[in-house]
Amino acid sequence: MGGEWAANKMNRPVTQLDQTEQRHTLAVLVDNEAGVLARVIGLFSGRGYNIESLTVAEVDAAVNRSRISIVTSGTPQVIAQIKAQLERLIPVHAVADLTVEGPSVEREMALVKVNAIGDKRVESLRIADIFRARVVDATSESFVFEMTGATDKINAFLDLMVPLGMVDVSRTGVAAITRGPNPM
Amino acid sequence: MAGQMMTGAEILLESLVAEGVEVVFGYGGGAVLPIYDALYQQDRIRHILVRHEQGAAHAAEGYARSTGKPGVLLVTSGPGATNTVTGLTDALMDSIPIICLTGQVPTHLIGNDAFQEADTVGITRPCTKHNYLLKDIKDVALKVREAFFVATHGRPGPVVIDLPKNITMGEAEYIRPMAVGHKTYRPIVKGKLEDVREAVQMIAAAKKPIFYTGGGVINSGPAASQLLRELAHLTGFPVTSTLMGLGAFPASDKQFVGMLGMHGTYEANMAMHDCDLMVCIGARFDDRITGKLDAFSPESKKIHIDIDPSSINKTIPVDLGIVGDVGHVLEDLIKIWKSETQRPDADALKAWWAIIDKWREKDSLAFETSDKMIMPQQAIQLLYEHTKDLDTYITTDVGQHQMWAAQHYKFEKPNRLMTSGGLGTMGYGLPSAIGVQIAHPDSTVVCITGEASFMMNIQELSTAVQHGAGVKILLLNNHYQGMVRQWQEMLHGGRLAESEMTGMPDFVKTAEAFGMVGMRAEKPSELEDVIKAMLAEDGPVIAEIETDKTIGCYPMIPSGSAHNEMLFGPRESKATKISAEGMTMV
Ligand SMILES: Cc1ncc(C[n+]2csc(CCOP(=O)(O)OP(=O)(O)O)c2C)c(N)n1
Ligand SMILES: [Mg+2]
Repeated sequence: MGGEWAANKMNRPVTQLDQTEQRHTLAVLVDNEAGVLARVIGLFSGRGYNIESLTVAEVDAAVNRSRISIVTSGTPQVIAQIKAQLERLIPVHAVADLTVEGPSVEREMALVKVNAIGDKRVESLRIADIFRARVVDATSESFVFEMTGATDKINAFLDLMVPLGMVDVSRTGVAAITRGPNPM
Repeated sequence: MAGQMMTGAEILLESLVAEGVEVVFGYGGGAVLPIYDALYQQDRIRHILVRHEQGAAHAAEGYARSTGKPGVLLVTSGPGATNTVTGLTDALMDSIPIICLTGQVPTHLIGNDAFQEADTVGITRPCTKHNYLLKDIKDVALKVREAFFVATHGRPGPVVIDLPKNITMGEAEYIRPMAVGHKTYRPIVKGKLEDVREAVQMIAAAKKPIFYTGGGVINSGPAASQLLRELAHLTGFPVTSTLMGLGAFPASDKQFVGMLGMHGTYEANMAMHDCDLMVCIGARFDDRITGKLDAFSPESKKIHIDIDPSSINKTIPVDLGIVGDVGHVLEDLIKIWKSETQRPDADALKAWWAIIDKWREKDSLAFETSDKMIMPQQAIQLLYEHTKDLDTYITTDVGQHQMWAAQHYKFEKPNRLMTSGGLGTMGYGLPSAIGVQIAHPDSTVVCITGEASFMMNIQELSTAVQHGAGVKILLLNNHYQGMVRQWQEMLHGGRLAESEMTGMPDFVKTAEAFGMVGMRAEKPSELEDVIKAMLAEDGPVIAEIETDKTIGCYPMIPSGSAHNEMLFGPRESKATKISAEGMTMV
């Protein structure tokens, strides 16, 4: 598999370049200092890498540590470069490619506003129920649903909500973590 | 332990002294007045007033590269800071450790479009290894410590410290930070031993090997250059070097096959193309080196030793990457080599050298002389003859003269060539020469420049005069942006759009106007005397050499071509069709 040498073996590539693009989720631990997000984003834009989603929040206030989750895509060589370039940033402590470093869980949260009355209103509630979305706000002609799940599941939910009167959506982007007892 | 109360500016200077700083290149202004006031009241740090902040940055680079110590510059906020951007980018590309101290408007005005406010950390983020905006006077000593550590450890590079005026004017206790350089930044310096062992085996199995060495050898320190020599002599392998690596291995050594790349020697590029093992030591497979990527050394196994993990597999996939400092890795490699018994096949190596010697016979750097016009290569060869026994440092600008300097000046020691490799910054030569001369007041410092490059930072002549920096400027005047002209002739039907330099000053009178010595050679018969006279002066000199205007720099691998597709002269160059892809290359 192409991702193989993107993992810890970045100094052992396949000589034949694998040109298939793959989606990867990276977890990046950084010092929570001014400008750190700009450094990360600037690296992606300056070097022409994709960002499909990016989330960031402080995870350990005691040591001022934040965690950034980035979903990106590229050939194995590009992914290895992204990882190496991130590791070069001075406030970056660790970078993990969750897509190749063993199984991981990915979740995203979406807030979805649907304006519907009558049958559509009932149908939207029914579908929300199937997707385990919760109603967090309601008026006589609208709902706001909160839904958490994997990205493709949220996509499926939104696809169904569009014809029912979806007018607004806010998504958090992906948060991800490895399965099992070990921390990053 | 209670420290002494000091102003932020005094803490800054104290911290610089603690880092061993002796010289700062700079230019003042409102936002750095407190720092200048503190400088004025002390005598441990010497300040070199430049004439433009870009000059300060290149001077700091020259200082750094020629000494192995970080160079320091100090500039004001806004325009002072933005003027350093080219120098910072240059230092980033060539991995030169410099610390750039910038003034900033007081913290409460940041973001208000205050007078001479610029978002310095924002602007310099992509052109520095790291940067800091100090918002608390208590951070000054610690962050200066950190900045020097970051600039000089791992792959070296430029670091900016932005200092708001209320911080430098404020008062606090000075507490010298502990020895630790940075709380978490710890670049890997020792290569993995199993990888080094594997490298030894690959080297022992090679039949057509080459060492491809770069600026990383020089950045690693003088010991690394020694180890490279030892390894080369132990193995008997040929050695080539990038522009940035010249001098790490002596040019006069029989095993040196010359510089490689776009204007490298035939033997170096052919050996790179045909080798079966390439050991890349502290170089980065830059496009000036590799030419056409998919035709780059197709048959070889490749080992890459580099302190920057992101350099490995960036453009060329290698078979074995070793992350570590060149000096450390070479030391281990030599140790293991000596303890192993397996050795390369001597007959194969002999046959390989026979092939290389055949390529050498082509004498790819040869050029025709005339008794009417001075050939620029001649000037450099004569300069070499007259400076080789002196303690000489060379800086260059960017263009044909730079490549001729690299081809024809024989560098025997590391840290002796200062040139803008990665960024190719015209205007680098003079200020960097001043930086070198300030660091080495008793040495001979020659700036080999072209008339177009020279004009880009010509104001620094005044700096040289003021500070008694006796730099020797060998100005190869071909009345063209020669390198641009060469590309226009090759790629754009000979239409010389805006590449002729007219309206230029009389450089001898210019020298005199600046209070220095000017001289000129127009005929081949005058050349040697002028070079001798230039070197005989104590103070700064401009020696203008009128050279042939028309010749191109050869040999050359046209962009987008492979190593075995070299051109040796203008005739071939006209006949060559450059691919569309090649045309888009810079
Ligand atoms: C700051 C900057 N601007 C433009 C260029 C593009 N450039 C590369 S070489 C060159 C011409 C240099 O002319 P000169 O200094 O006279 O050297 P020559 O090639 O004639 O020896 C130019 C314009 C550059 N390298 N740097
Ligand atoms: Mg010129």
